[in-house]
Amino acid sequence: MAQPPTNPDAAAASQEQISAEIAEQHRNYQQQKDHGTEETSARLNFPPYRSSLLRHPTKSLQHADPEDIELHSPAFGQRDVSPLEADLTIQHGGEPIGERIVVSGRVLDGDGRPVRHQLVEVWQANAAGRYIHKRDQHPAPIDPNFTGVGRTLTGPEGEYSFTTIKPAPYPWKNHINAWRPAHIHFSLFGTDFTQRIVTQMYFPGDPLFSLDPIYQAITDPQARQRLVATYDHGVSQHEWNTGYRWDIILSGSNRTWSEEDQ
Amino acid sequence: MALPPTPAQTVGPFFGYALPYDGGPQLVAPGSSGSIRLHGTVYDGDGAPIPDAMVEIWQPDQHGRISQQPGSLSRDGHTFTGWGRTEVNYEGQFTFTTVNPGPTAPGKAPYILLTVFARGLMDRLFTRVYMPEDRQALGADPLLSTLAEDRRSTLIAHRDDDGGLRFDIRLQGEDETVFLTYPRTPQFTGRRA
Ligand SMILES: [Fe+2]
Repeated sequence: MAQPPTNPDAAAASQEQISAEIAEQHRNYQQQKDHGTEETSARLNFPPYRSSLLRHPTKSLQHADPEDIELHSPAFGQRDVSPLEADLTIQHGGEPIGERIVVSGRVLDGDGRPVRHQLVEVWQANAAGRYIHKRDQHPAPIDPNFTGVGRTLTGPEGEYSFTTIKPAPYPWKNHINAWRPAHIHFSLFGTDFTQRIVTQMYFPGDPLFSLDPIYQAITDPQARQRLVATYDHGVSQHEWNTGYRWDIILSGSNRTWSEEDQ
Repeated sequence: MALPPTPAQTVGPFFGYALPYDGGPQLVAPGSSGSIRLHGTVYDGDGAPIPDAMVEIWQPDQHGRISQQPGSLSRDGHTFTGWGRTEVNYEGQFTFTTVNPGPTAPGKAPYILLTVFARGLMDRLFTRVYMPEDRQALGADPLLSTLAEDRRSTLIAHRDDDGGLRFDIRLQGEDETVFLTYPRTPQFTGRRA
């Protein structure tokens, strides 16, 4: 089980081997957690995710105090993003194939303040699990009516909403018969640039969760759960779409906030 | 009370058709007055270039002012927004056209905040690209002065003959770039303690 992995792109391991490696990492984490440190994010070094082997820093991250530039983020406005970009189903001449969904939520900072008028970007596979990307060559159909890229600006309460098609799982080359759980990629900014995050939203009850070394690189079960959207019948609309709700909590702001900024 | 943050996940292999955009690497127009090239290569732990990484920069203007003007995604050719994004090419190289950042306060060492994303990299990494010239300011910089000389040098850009800046990024290894963590910004390396 503790075989040192070799070539990160060899796809040599079986799912059983990968699952055993994940279980070992999680056991180690549980022991560590009992002695103090609770992890809230994904590990940069997670050997079952083979591509991380040569792409994680091995030296400690250096503590820095944020200076002016780190306490600000770029501003985005109407000139940057058209409201139509939040609907991924209207970018072509026809309707894309698949289950139409709306994903709604709020972007909050680590103290619960709404992150207002800030950029949210998404990208995803289509209903067959295929990306419009030259690197994705697996034999599933491209949908001529679906690109899978959207953008929006959050509203005054940090709210966002995308209309899209539910993506399907897709295969990848981490190991033999590796499949990613269905997900939507999200890219977010906060008020401080240090809150910048790229992540993935998943759908409730996906049977691939336990098998996926990217999702399981988040060692803490409660932290993993934070990436899973909730089915919300209030977001579903009669004869039109099903609905999911997913709130995103950024890391803490290091600004000094005045009363009126709150 | 602090809320538990949403975890990060890798940008993956397929961001290339979604996140990069026309004009992303050009914070100012190439050839415009004061424009410089900021370029470098992103390397993995074997010293091989990473062909599927993305780099973002965020910086003050030449006078040390932080822009809060919109327009980074749809540049008007005049407004300096301070932020840019580019994917690397097949040889792991990135190129921005920007300006030298000014000090945000007198005597401070100017730098560009740089963020790297990649397939295989589970969370973004932050680093700083310091201007090499003002030795006195560099010597007094609170971050640089905590670092050993060989680590410190990974954060100082090389000035090209044409006025450009070269800044290579090494995600792993002997000459690994110094990556930064900030208060209230949890990030887990997975190193054994
Ligand atoms: Fe994906």
